Amino acid sequence: MAELDTSSGGGKKGSGKVRSKKASTKVDLTAMVDLAFLLITFFMLTTSLSKPIAMDIAKPDKDVKDENRLELRASQTMTILLGKNNKVAWYMGEAGKSQPNIEGYGDIRKSILANKKKVADMNNNDPKKTLVVVIKPTSGASYENFVNIMDELNITKITAAPAIDDENITDAEKDFMKKNGIL
Amino acid sequence: MPRAKVKRKSTSIDMTAMCDVAFLLLTFFILTATARQPDPLDIKLPASSYKIPVPDVDIAKLSIGRGKVFYEVAGKDVKMLTLDKMGEQYKISFTPQERERFGVIQSFGVPIQNLKQFIMMNDQATRDKSGLQTGIPTDSLNNQLADWILNSRKAVAELHSTAMRVSIKGDAKEEYPVIKKIVDILQKQKINKFSLITTAAGGAK
Repeated sequence: MAELDTSSGGGKKGSGKVRSKKASTKVDLTAMVDLAFLLITFFMLTTSLSKPIAMDIAKPDKDVKDENRLELRASQTMTILLGKNNKVAWYMGEAGKSQPNIEGYGDIRKSILANKKKVADMNNNDPKKTLVVVIKPTSGASYENFVNIMDELNITKITAAPAIDDENITDAEKDFMKKNGIL
Repeated sequence: MPRAKVKRKSTSIDMTAMCDVAFLLLTFFILTATARQPDPLDIKLPASSYKIPVPDVDIAKLSIGRGKVFYEVAGKDVKMLTLDKMGEQYKISFTPQERERFGVIQSFGVPIQNLKQFIMMNDQATRDKSGLQTGIPTDSLNNQLADWILNSRKAVAELHSTAMRVSIKGDAKEEYPVIKKIVDILQKQKINKFSLITTAAGGAK
C-alpha cells in the first residue's frame, strides 16, 4: 500500500519512453490508528487516576477545657507511638503497666486486628465498647509514618475516632523508646 | 452448469473513519485532562487507601516540604480579595495589575515583603529560579502564614459564604515536628479539621 517505489525512473535502459508509474493515493493508516488509540488509552487512564485524595483528620480542640471528658477504659485502649526508622511501639492499657512491643509498619495491621478482636470478645461484641486507638507521633516520626498509621486504622475499620496526641508523651514512653533506639 | 466464481475481496480496510474518530477522542482527552500543576516544592505524596477526592473550590492548600511552607488558595476571586486584606494588614498597596497577576499565581512561598517583586516576574520559571521562595514565615513573631490563612478564610466567607477547608500537602519524608508546627498554627485559629492530601495506593492495599 504505502511501500516506497524504488524501481521507477531509469530502471530500464534502452527503452525510449520512461513511463511514470502512478502512485496509489491510499496510505496505510494502521500505525497511525495504533498510536492514536495508545494515546487515548493513556489520557483516559491518567485523567481519572491522578486526582489527589483527601484524608480527613480531626484533632482535639486545645482550648476547650471540658471537665466532663469521657474516661477511656484502659482495657480497650491501644496506644501506638510512632518512632524513627519506620518503627512503632504499641501497648495496651496504661502506660508503664504493660511492656510495649516494637514493630514495623508491615506488622502493625495484624496487631491492631488482634487487639480489636480481643477487645470485642471481652465485651461480647458490644458495639459501644470497641478498641480505641491513641496515636502518639514523636519527633522522630516522618509525615509518611503518620499517614500510614491513619491509613491502617482505616483499613482495619477502627470505628472509634482515633485520638491524635502529640503533646502528652510521657517520660516512661520516651525512656522506653530511647532505650530501643527509636526516638 | 458452470461454477459460480467467488470474487476475491481485498483484505485492506479503509481506516480513514476510524482514524478520524480516534483523533477526535484523543483531542478531547488532551484538552479535558487537567494538566498537573507544577509544584515549586518537589513533593512526594504519601499513599493511602482513602477514596475521597479533594474538592476544587473553597480550599486552601499548604505545601510542606524541606521545612518550607508554600500557600495557595483556590479561586481567582478569593486570591485577589485575600491579597487586598493582606495588603491592608501589612500596609502594602497593590495595583490593579498586580492583583490581576496574583489571581493566577499558583502555590507561592515568599514573605509578603518580597511579594510585589515576585508578582511582577514574567513567568513561573523565573519565579522558581529567583530564589525568593524561601517559604512563608511561620515564626511566632512574624507569623505571616497565620495571616494568610485567616484572611483567605474571611475572603471565602465573604465571597462564597461557606467555610474554607484547609488541606495539607506534605512531603512523605518530612519530619513530623514540622507538620505539627503548621497544625498548631491551624489549631490556634480553631481549625481542628483538615484534609491530608495523599495519592491512591496501588497494589495489594
